[in-house]
Amino acid sequence: MVAKPGLDGHDRGARVLARCFRDAGFEVIYTGCHQTAEQIAAAAVQEDVDLVGLSCLSGAHRALFPRVVELLREKNAADITVIGGGIIPEQDFQPLYASGIKAIFTPGASLDSIVEWIKTNIKPR
Amino acid sequence: MERVKKVCRGDIRAASRLIRDIEDKMPSVRIEIKNLFAHTGKSHIIGITGAPGVGKSTLTDALIAALRKKNKTIGVLAVDPTSPFSGGAILGDRIRMQRHAEDEGVFIRSLATRGTLGGLSQAVGMAIHVLEAMGKDIILVETVGIGQQEIDIINHAHSVIVVLVPGMGDEVQAMKAGLMEIADIFVINKADRSGARQLLTELQAMLGNTQPPSPGWRPPVIMSGNAYEPLTFAESTAALGKKIEEHYIYLQNSGALTERLNRRALAEINDALKAVILEPLIHNLEKNGELQKAVEKVKNRENDPHSIAEELAQSFLK
Repeated sequence: MVAKPGLDGHDRGARVLARCFRDAGFEVIYTGCHQTAEQIAAAAVQEDVDLVGLSCLSGAHRALFPRVVELLREKNAADITVIGGGIIPEQDFQPLYASGIKAIFTPGASLDSIVEWIKTNIKPR
Repeated sequence: MERVKKVCRGDIRAASRLIRDIEDKMPSVRIEIKNLFAHTGKSHIIGITGAPGVGKSTLTDALIAALRKKNKTIGVLAVDPTSPFSGGAILGDRIRMQRHAEDEGVFIRSLATRGTLGGLSQAVGMAIHVLEAMGKDIILVETVGIGQQEIDIINHAHSVIVVLVPGMGDEVQAMKAGLMEIADIFVINKADRSGARQLLTELQAMLGNTQPPSPGWRPPVIMSGNAYEPLTFAESTAALGKKIEEHYIYLQNSGALTERLNRRALAEINDALKAVILEPLIHNLEKNGELQKAVEKVKNRENDPHSIAEELAQSFLK
């Protein structure tokens, strides 16, 4: 699932990624812009996804990304992997990892590297 | 059967994982689905179908809102196409319905077609059972954007809504077989656009001189406006909700429901037969290399596909 939490309408990147995942053979649920962490977590559980990719360019990642992880835990869905991307300064990486975000991709990351990470870390059932 | 109990209690995690196992054709699923069957058959199943981009998802979203006002619990299955090249899919129907994501009375699930033609995913029949067992009052099934003939939805839904938009063809299109015959309710969406009146006239002319699929029910036509004009849109959606209710009452009172239930039962048996005969047969043939041999024979024109199929069927049925 590709999701954009918070007040951020810049979803070109998220759409490019969704298409790239489609071409990699993944089923991709795209939930659109302006989602609350609650909406994202609820959708992830209803869709029973393997992975949630959060995109945030607004600077609110430190608040929103960990919230999604926390909500998934509350919903007994801690097994759903959460990764993130966007305009994220390096000093924020550690706190995000500590909160349960498994990988972070910033501008310049190649599409291939993201697909590769997913293929390595999410095993087919 | 722990999971079946959980599904019947409305456990979202259990239900969504079961639907996924159905999609992935896990062998363990069949026994669970068998046990689920006793808890199904109480929901009103509504199909929403039409060409790509006519507004099926937006209409589904509006319907959810209208039906929630009447305190109905709702399950939604939204089908989108799988890529024939990569096997991947973009499931985007949900974007239009995300405002209901946190509503506990609404369960929304996206499904990819995974190669199934007919406008649905092969998992739809069993996924409906899961939602029924969860106790949903109403189940909305949104098909992929379809053409004229992908009408498998009639095998699953009690009521079928066909969504049209102006500007897709002249009155001959309205007369054609297939899609235009299956509607219990027509919606002319984007009715603020030019050509909507003409489409309405053509539809009514068509409905006026054809035998309706169920005697005693002439499919009503709802004009539905621009979703960005919330007031008029809410009004037309409420009208649609009312027609849906009327149709269900009609089905029950007229006995037409029996016919729909027959069709559904037949389709379900058909699917189940495929799952217990055809799929394991092909799976076995793939595994023991017989399928490849058969392909070679047909390719080199040593034998015809019909004789080969007969031979294979004979050996399998022994």
